[in-house]
Amino acid sequence: MSDSASMLAHHFDDLDQQREASSLGMWLFLVTEIMFFGVLFCAYLIYRGANFAAFAEASHSLDIGLGAFNTAVLIGSSLTMALAVWSAQVGRRKATVWFLVLTIILGSVFLGVKVIEYSAKFEHHHVPGATFDWHAPYGDPVNQDGAEMFFNLYFAMTGLHAIHMVIGIAILAVLIIPAWQGKFTPEWHNPMECLGLYWHFVDIVWIFLFPLLYLIGRH
Amino acid sequence: MSTHAAELGSNYLTNGFSLKSWLLTKDHKRIAILYMISITFFFILGGLFAFAVRLELLTPAGDLMEADTYNRMFTMHGVVMIFFFLIPSIPAVLGNFLVPLMVGAKDLAFPKINLASWYVYNLAGIITLGAIFMGGVDTGWTFYTPFSTTYSNSYVVLTVVGLFINGFSSIFTGLNFIVTIHRMRAPGLTWFRLPLFIWGHYATSLIIMLGTPVIAITLALLAAERSLHLGIFDPALGGDPILFQHLFWFYSHPAVYIMILPSMGVISEIISAFARQKVFGYHFVAFASIAIAILGFLVWGHHLFVSGQSVYAGLVFSVLSMLVGVPSAVKVFNWTATMFKGSISRETPMLYALGFIGLFTIGGLTGVMLATLGFDVHVHDTYFVVAHFHYIMVGGAIMGYLGGIHFWWPKMTGRLYPEFWSKLSAGLVFIGFNLTFFPQFVLGYLGMPRRYWSYPDEFQVLNVLSTAGATVLGVGYVMPLFYLTYSLAFGRAAGDNPWGAYGLEWETTSPPPTENFHHQPVVTGEAYDYPSLEAKSV
Ligand code: HEM
Ligand SMILES: [Cu+2]
Repeated sequence: MSDSASMLAHHFDDLDQQREASSLGMWLFLVTEIMFFGVLFCAYLIYRGANFAAFAEASHSLDIGLGAFNTAVLIGSSLTMALAVWSAQVGRRKATVWFLVLTIILGSVFLGVKVIEYSAKFEHHHVPGATFDWHAPYGDPVNQDGAEMFFNLYFAMTGLHAIHMVIGIAILAVLIIPAWQGKFTPEWHNPMECLGLYWHFVDIVWIFLFPLLYLIGRH
Repeated sequence: MSTHAAELGSNYLTNGFSLKSWLLTKDHKRIAILYMISITFFFILGGLFAFAVRLELLTPAGDLMEADTYNRMFTMHGVVMIFFFLIPSIPAVLGNFLVPLMVGAKDLAFPKINLASWYVYNLAGIITLGAIFMGGVDTGWTFYTPFSTTYSNSYVVLTVVGLFINGFSSIFTGLNFIVTIHRMRAPGLTWFRLPLFIWGHYATSLIIMLGTPVIAITLALLAAERSLHLGIFDPALGGDPILFQHLFWFYSHPAVYIMILPSMGVISEIISAFARQKVFGYHFVAFASIAIAILGFLVWGHHLFVSGQSVYAGLVFSVLSMLVGVPSAVKVFNWTATMFKGSISRETPMLYALGFIGLFTIGGLTGVMLATLGFDVHVHDTYFVVAHFHYIMVGGAIMGYLGGIHFWWPKMTGRLYPEFWSKLSAGLVFIGFNLTFFPQFVLGYLGMPRRYWSYPDEFQVLNVLSTAGATVLGVGYVMPLFYLTYSLAFGRAAGDNPWGAYGLEWETTSPPPTENFHHQPVVTGEAYDYPSLEAKSV
């Protein structure tokens, strides 16, 4: 108990108040994240409406297999993250560390697959800019601008998501140290809970991105 | 609890004198002072740009500077004033200092994040200053595309990066306030016993949390588009510049409420203190803050009346815009009613509060005029609009800021300021302000467009009046810098509660100790219970 008492910051009355404050703070932060991604979702829906055929064509060129694989990987990482938080809550030191490591591995696999996907885009000149080159592979002589807009948004959305993954992995790596030292106890585990919320949020964003970018408009 | 700081020894100012003890402080009161210094710097900078603009407009010909230089001047004036002065001013200085004191907490919920917000603000400021010193920006503070993404030959990306970073300092502050108000109130301090200053900051923080990320990503897209030639906002590449305007105003209209709601909170405190009355209709005023925060998100389209949005959208936005006037008017009526019932004393903060009410009312009424579709088409992008938003933002937000600084100065420093000089400067500000901006309503109505460096001869008289007013206003603004600094060394000791005001912040010593209170305060009465305070002192 003396150890967890030392975790009490001087301006809080007790650990309960401190925990409630940090989780409310984390939820509010996630609200700002929703608004942050929301702009891109909004732009996507507007431009999809304006360039319907081009967006459908362009989304065909994404690799649905890799996307589905990554979705599974990410859902798996949500599970290991939840288990890491739970282990911290019940004070299982080693389990916490292992689940954190597993989460990092799954997160890295996701990013690795993303690298493969991105490099394919470079090869096929599907990256917006001077070298962009679009031949409608499935028939319609669709407009190049519409397809380019799709890829603009594809890179903006998945790129922003990937940045969030990188940040998440970095924080996971940092938290392994206190987890290893047994700092998380049933009385005090705020950082793990907050990180858990963050990680699940990033997963949920992907759950929206995958159908929006890869699936809808397929025949 | 009324023992003086001198007897108890250390307060937040005397708790460490080294530079390090300030730069690494986690005390919300010290961070407020740090913010005050940075913000004053940016206010002076923005003021210099404004003065350049007004000097150019003294004569009809564009003879003082190049047209391009003029564009840079008004843009940097707008950018600095809005993002580095008006938005952070009251929350970051007065809010930081007072929110924990008013809710009876030892500090904000996240002291390290609070300190980080000051560093982030300064980093953003340095980046934007960098852009200014390399040559500045000429897009207007609205950064409309495709000019900003394609044609402008100025430092758009650097400026926008600065503003993107600056957004995080607002978000940090807003997050800290909401969590502190929810979780750290003193025993007995229920939601409806909170001072209206706290309600104002709560509503503002909600807007910050919901709005700031939107402008952040919009500016990021703008920077990406300009440097990588994407086409998100470029019609030549299938993008839509109107989307930029929607996203920009989705934040920037509510941003005007980020500026005005804290100011309204300050005014409620000052008026009740100097009228010695409970605020009339406390609940209405509190809910009006929240109503303004919510409605404020629904009216951005009144900035797009002439952009080519559909007539139906224009009608809906017109009606919704008028609705925002209702909670604002509720507040004005309630302040008036509060004063009507009370006996008013004319201290300096009260002069500012009275000035606020007058100017805000004019600004609000002309806002309703602008919300009327047909009228807006006539005066769109004229000086009428310029006058309107200055009445709200300068007449509203800055009057509140200065009033608040004077009201809580004795609490922050333990000193009283010289009365004669403070009243003189309040008078100069009021006169100078009206002389500057009232002629602009007329100019706009007569058809002088905004953002032009020269104008037809017949507009000169009004422009000369305006520039003369700006000079008086400038003198009024600079004076507090001198007499407040003077008071630090030579001012009379203030005592804990020089105004006989009601509220937790007045129950601790002046300046407050680092932990804010010597004993955990417990709240047993309603907010602004001046009648019972009077009864006790008789
Ligand atoms: C309460 C605080 C308010 C502030 C701080 C404020 C501020 C501003 C600002 C900064 C602009 C200029 C935007 C630009 O650069 O073009 C503006 C324009 C406008 N405001 Fe306000 N305003 C406020 C209240 C209102 C209200 C209550 C209404 C409506 C009832 C209103 C209606 C308008 C309209 C319609 C315009 C657009 C005019 C145009 O661009 O043609 N404002 N306001
Ligand atoms: Cu507006």
